[in-house]
Amino acid sequence: MSDTRDGTRDDSDARSHDDDDFVPDPRLTQQTDEGAQELQPTRDLVVTGGPWPEVEGEGDTMIINMGPQHPSTHGVLRVMLELDAETIVRAKPVVGYLHTGMEKTGEELTYVQGATNVTRMDYASPLSNELVFSMAVERLLDIEVPPRATWIRMYLNELNRIASHLLWQATNGLDMGALSMIVYGWREREETLRLLEKITGLRMNNNYIRPGGVAAELPDGWQDDTLELCDVVEKGTAEYDELLTGNPIWQERLTGVGVITTEQALALSASGPILRSTGFPWDLRRSQPYLAYDEVDFDVIYTQNGDCYDRYRLRLQEILESVKIVRQCVDKMPPGDYRVQDRKVTPPPRARIDESMEALIHHFKLFTEGFKVPPGETYVAVESPRGEVGCYLVADGTGKPCRLHIRGPSFYNLQSMAPMMEDRLIADAVAVISSVDPIMGEVDR
Amino acid sequence: MPDDDAREDAHKNGDTRVEEEEKESPPLPDDEVAAAVVERFPGTVFHRSHGQPVVYVDRAIWGDLGGFLRDEQQFTQCVDVTAVDHLVDAARLSVPGVTQERFELVASFLSHPRNRRIRAICEVPAEDPTAPSLTDSYPGANFGEREVYDLFGITFTGHPDLVRILMPDDWVGYPLRKDDAPARVPVTFKEDPRPR
Repeated sequence: MSDTRDGTRDDSDARSHDDDDFVPDPRLTQQTDEGAQELQPTRDLVVTGGPWPEVEGEGDTMIINMGPQHPSTHGVLRVMLELDAETIVRAKPVVGYLHTGMEKTGEELTYVQGATNVTRMDYASPLSNELVFSMAVERLLDIEVPPRATWIRMYLNELNRIASHLLWQATNGLDMGALSMIVYGWREREETLRLLEKITGLRMNNNYIRPGGVAAELPDGWQDDTLELCDVVEKGTAEYDELLTGNPIWQERLTGVGVITTEQALALSASGPILRSTGFPWDLRRSQPYLAYDEVDFDVIYTQNGDCYDRYRLRLQEILESVKIVRQCVDKMPPGDYRVQDRKVTPPPRARIDESMEALIHHFKLFTEGFKVPPGETYVAVESPRGEVGCYLVADGTGKPCRLHIRGPSFYNLQSMAPMMEDRLIADAVAVISSVDPIMGEVDR
Repeated sequence: MPDDDAREDAHKNGDTRVEEEEKESPPLPDDEVAAAVVERFPGTVFHRSHGQPVVYVDRAIWGDLGGFLRDEQQFTQCVDVTAVDHLVDAARLSVPGVTQERFELVASFLSHPRNRRIRAICEVPAEDPTAPSLTDSYPGANFGEREVYDLFGITFTGHPDLVRILMPDDWVGYPLRKDDAPARVPVTFKEDPRPR
């Protein structure tokens, strides 16, 4: 596209009628006897609702609530289960216990403050939320982010993906009874968070990626720290692999549990590892590249069976792919500004405030009123560790958004929990909840 | 590439002014999916919003649009359903040919085989906040529509399970409406003359 100026604009939304020659990835099609067929969302799934009917027949099913205080529901998820002895007949996730009205809060905060709000939604990968919000604001403002800011964003997002997947490995091990995993996973995650803290100032809720770039320059010696971390994570991942992947107890527990097909996952709006675990290599970093993902070399990991074991293997491999990207970021990090030099959008350097009245005014205006965004609406999507996180942003010409909507991948992924659980044993419900990886802060917002 | 020229013009002249000049003959969609939608559903208005194709459709065909996109245009997923309340907008993006109402219902669709997206918007008047449901074509729209019902009070005809999802079942009001002010709970401290 001739108007593609930087990586952030280069997604396929900008594709127009001239891409008739677009050839879909052959792996996105299904090989059948008649040849390759495109995968379609299934028609077998129908949404049902209303109060569940009274128990029919001899009254041999019962309804129990798992959660919202159950320790393996990763927060405050409640799952209504209808049981026939130990078999789950129907399952329905019930959410809302952590609803704090963050989208409403977002309408009261300026665009400068907005990143502090969205970062608290998905607390396991806050930087993805900051990124998608900042990209939406930049698109409405039509500003171009300097290459260094783009690469820092990508670098931090991959560090965050590592931390998020390590957290998942740790808690998934805990849920499955592999208790040592929580110690191992936490150990490496802590190292990752330590590096994030060194760069952004905070372990979580970083508020580092902001409209216009990032908050600060990378600290001295970040390359060495990063390479050291890469070694630690790779060593740790190899340990988990040795501990779990071939472990017969682990395999027995997870193989064939929580199976979902591609057709079901598509119909239920699932994305991220759930969709990829069904043999559908869909990753926004590859298919609709944003930032500078088209300039780094990585593989889209996907597996064939769509069960909990596949989702475990897939997330383990994704850690290694993220490490690969992080190493390339260290090599290729371009020099330059870490935020746009537009004083209406980003604050002036601290030193300038002491010597320039204008810089002081800009600083004051920016942090009291923020900047105004022309009326418009946009939807931006990026690949978070859990799937497609999107930001639908509507501006009305003032300094605050008219509507800030975050499309949480966990929120939509929860819908695929029911087909994974049904006709399985209740003990497998724990494995399914864990493998969906819901972050309740993002589900309830 | 005509769409690029149009967009460059739009960049130069600001967002909406170009469209206003062309009010007499709305520009033909430069996106093939949008063109197909406009052809299938007359009255649909195409708009390119910051490079993204958007179709403003009539509320009556909202459900049919889902079926059309899914069955004839290979749109494999309904990514997101949400809504906007334009009650107190300081300024609002004006798209020629669209009669603006208080609510806008927004759905994003994604086609994996064609690797493209389209966003559909329909105007929902305040006095009759209902719309057809997309759950027939896209079961994944279930949670999104429940969220819109919960927070905006827009009901979806044909949705089999339209109950509140985030707020408690007995909640009164729709929190994301602009006229639904956050409540204030008076707090009384010991030895305090009055609640504050």
